[in-house]
Amino acid sequence: MQLSEQETVASSARALTGFLTRRREQIAQRWADVPLFRSVFTVSRDEAVEACKSVVDALAVVASTGRLEDIEAPGFDTVREQLGSMSGSRSRIGLSPARIAEEVAALRPSVAELLRAEFPDPAATEATEGLLDLTILMGTLRLVTMQTALSAGEELIARQRQQLHEVATPVINLWEGIVAVPLIGTLDSARSQVVMESLLQSIVTQRARYVILDITGVPTVDSLVAQHLMKTVAAARLMGADCVVSGIRPATAQTIVQLGIDLGSVLTRASLADALAYALRHQDIDVSARASLR
Amino acid sequence: MAARDPAMTIRVPIRSDADLSWVRQQVRRRAAELAFGLVQQTKLVTAASELARNTLVYGGGGHMEITSLGHGGTDGLCLSFVDDGPGIRDVRLAMTDGYTTGDGLGLGLSGARRLVDEFTIDTEPGRGTAVTVITWAADLPVAERAVR
Repeated sequence: MQLSEQETVASSARALTGFLTRRREQIAQRWADVPLFRSVFTVSRDEAVEACKSVVDALAVVASTGRLEDIEAPGFDTVREQLGSMSGSRSRIGLSPARIAEEVAALRPSVAELLRAEFPDPAATEATEGLLDLTILMGTLRLVTMQTALSAGEELIARQRQQLHEVATPVINLWEGIVAVPLIGTLDSARSQVVMESLLQSIVTQRARYVILDITGVPTVDSLVAQHLMKTVAAARLMGADCVVSGIRPATAQTIVQLGIDLGSVLTRASLADALAYALRHQDIDVSARASLR
Repeated sequence: MAARDPAMTIRVPIRSDADLSWVRQQVRRRAAELAFGLVQQTKLVTAASELARNTLVYGGGGHMEITSLGHGGTDGLCLSFVDDGPGIRDVRLAMTDGYTTGDGLGLGLSGARRLVDEFTIDTEPGRGTAVTVITWAADLPVAERAVR
């Protein structure tokens, strides 16, 4: 019995494949007018029709392999990129994932109508099985589209995280021989490694004698952040530069003391301006208003 | 201890470094909502950061529960850090300044204790660790309140 059941599944999937191949043109013509295709392929209607045809072709291939419910079916590979760019351009104009899913679902009725017309008796077993298969296949298409949309989002997040690492740690040359690093946000191990590397590099390239680490933009200084700071200071010292930590806020100062962290070995100044003044003074550079203005 | 309102309890997973900054943000937001002073906010967030990192690094991950407390007109915030890790064999030693089995400064537990009003630790080797801390908004000295 099991065998015959498998056979019917296979034969109904075969019938669906035949239908999709035969009616390729009509389906594509109908789909080209729904918002999902019309609003993405704006150059010409022919372009939209071509895009529809490639989706129909992919569905036919998936149906022929009988993997109607498999979102990983190789048949979808040819259109994954296209579906991704379609859902991408829909979400860029502000559509929620739920709305995009609705738009993909809206492709089904027009195909179902064409399929129903194939059968003289709509109540026949072949007709109901065919419609059921089509419904499953279109549901899978919907999932594949959502999957491409979600993975595009994940890629974006990973890329932005990477950008954040690079962007958020500039080394600024304040004066000849004085560089500053304004630290902003969370100073986790990965970030502090990036900071340390770019700082040590700039000590060499800028021939810096003084390094200012400004933590005004670091909201929480816990023992790990403090440890990272101390390590950075020690490394800068080994490179022959004096290190000043500035921008410790009053609340942060109290917290550091109660936490029991000993920053005694680290030279600190209240603000970046104070730290710069310190570094200038130690290089015997005197910055003052001109005598004529006094 | 004051009665807990279960509706006000939220659970934050601690599974990665990114979760740690989410923990800090959540604690800071809740502390600000209860009108904690800036110093108290900073202390509690820092304590949470230390304890959450312990949960992640030594406990192998777990979760934090934040509960708002109301007691005689003063608001408080209760944070529980729970993991199913190896537990702590010698709590007294672990609470000593500078003692660590890792490569940190050894100030996480002892430092966090100094930053909060109430601190309890429940652990047993092989049974995981639960650290619960409470900070009361009213604990501020009068002078500190005035300048806030």
